[in-house]
Amino acid sequence: MIVTKGLRKSFQPRRGAAAVDAVRGIDLNVAEGEIYGLLGPNGAGKTTTLRMLATLLAPDGGAATVAGADLRAAPGEVRRRIGYVAQGGGTTDQATAREELVLQARMYGVRKAEAVQRAEQGLAAFDLTEFGDRVCKTYSGGQRRRLDLALGVVHRPSVLFLDEPTVGLDPRSRSQVWGEVRRLREQGMTVLLTTHYLDEADALCDRIGIVDNGGIVTEGTPEELKQKISGDSVTIGLSDAGATTGAERALAELPCVQRLEALPGEDGLRLHVDSAATAIPQLLRTLAASGIEPEHVQLQRPSLDDVFLALTGRALVHSS
Amino acid sequence: MKLARDTWLVYQRQLLLMARSPVWIAVGLLQPLCYLLLFAPLLTSALAASGAHSTADAYRIYVPGLLSALALMGGLFTGFTLLGELHAGVIERSRVTPVSRVALLLGRALRETTALLIQSVLIAVLAIPFGLTVGLADLLLAMALLALMALMASSVSYGLALLVPTDAALGPVVNTIAQPLALLSGTLLPIALAPVWLRTAASWNPCYWAVEGMRALFSGHVDAPEVWRGLLLTALLAAVAVAWSARLFAQRIR
Repeated sequence: MIVTKGLRKSFQPRRGAAAVDAVRGIDLNVAEGEIYGLLGPNGAGKTTTLRMLATLLAPDGGAATVAGADLRAAPGEVRRRIGYVAQGGGTTDQATAREELVLQARMYGVRKAEAVQRAEQGLAAFDLTEFGDRVCKTYSGGQRRRLDLALGVVHRPSVLFLDEPTVGLDPRSRSQVWGEVRRLREQGMTVLLTTHYLDEADALCDRIGIVDNGGIVTEGTPEELKQKISGDSVTIGLSDAGATTGAERALAELPCVQRLEALPGEDGLRLHVDSAATAIPQLLRTLAASGIEPEHVQLQRPSLDDVFLALTGRALVHSS
Repeated sequence: MKLARDTWLVYQRQLLLMARSPVWIAVGLLQPLCYLLLFAPLLTSALAASGAHSTADAYRIYVPGLLSALALMGGLFTGFTLLGELHAGVIERSRVTPVSRVALLLGRALRETTALLIQSVLIAVLAIPFGLTVGLADLLLAMALLALMALMASSVSYGLALLVPTDAALGPVVNTIAQPLALLSGTLLPIALAPVWLRTAASWNPCYWAVEGMRALFSGHVDAPEVWRGLLLTALLAAVAVAWSARLFAQRIR
């Protein structure tokens, strides 16, 4: 549904200043009915990519097809087939949700009677009927976001772009928005979203492209990405410093242990192993042979955070 | 056809929002009323040289100037409302739809024009007790001229707002343009009172011709050459201004 090849964009911050490459060649291939997430820190080029695909910014180079229409040759056709929800939304404080939905549908060329009907359906689908006739400025963050989504799909697009869909929302509204996005996917919509929340990418997306410095560093399903960080990590809690030194000496020799380090601030070790399932029995046996009794053993699957760290050398800082 | 439909769509929405916050009428009326009450009475003697022998005469000269200033200034400062909508993301939400780009601009400029016409009619009516007399047909023609001025000024303002998209920078830019434009068109006092060099400078200012046309209409000289000259020139300029800002709008806002 979305195919891009070498999509590029640079900005000139000031006249005479050197151009800054915001996006340096992005290749995407998003299948129909997929939720694809661009994950990366602020300033990585996610929003610029999304804005180019939504016809809001002209790319400097590269090509893209969105919902079967060529982005550069037929931006008007692309517009008719996509929905776009900006990070800050775009509702008018003094208008009601119903008025906004009718206007939005009409801007897509829908006739008045039909637009009124679509507004009604939109309000019902996004759980807004109760506030439909109140002006937007009275809405909570979550209600406003649901209205943004309703506005984005009022013309029934086949592709929906969401820029940071849950930024600034409380946990309950967040999971509600996730539910709405999944529901849209079930109706056959293709969703491309940006996020800098790892848990959001993990929980919501079928596939993730990790974006850093204007390019996609790697992509895959959340599971695939986590597997790229080979192996698991195992934490062993020990009773005192002596036991820690002893365990360190005994376990370092084991072939299944890739590397190990002492836990900061407490007695114990963190070990990186190929597979925790086969390593844990060996670890326990070795410790027993050295007369060391572990206090607790914990297994950690790698998180997307680890993936990001491993790929970019930086932690993905949450800026909520 | 699509342009007309889309413009109507945007215009309707803008009118609705305007009706929801009626404070603008009060605010928009207060300043002109002050001028009408506190400044115009001074003019009877000041304008004696230009043939004003009564307060009514003074109002006949002053009110059209005041209305023109209102249309020019009100129009030129409307870019700020566009900036507000740009910041709120309202424009961006419209931009991803196939709605006509010119309509997004024209619908807003027409809202501004409507607001200025409502204010102008109210001011003209409020000036009647002070002795202003003007024929209905003349007044209607004057309103048409005012509408063109407002349309021109707001289109220019939208263009400027797109070129200078911050509140802090737009203010000085608009002021720099608006002040000489208003002074050189004789909105306060007729340019006829000015020294020759000033009159020559004013004749190069298209707004001067519009204001002259307004004065002729308020004096009941509908057949004066200033009237058709003012109307024609302002219509032409309004068309150029709309085309210019629409082009900018379409470029910046693909």
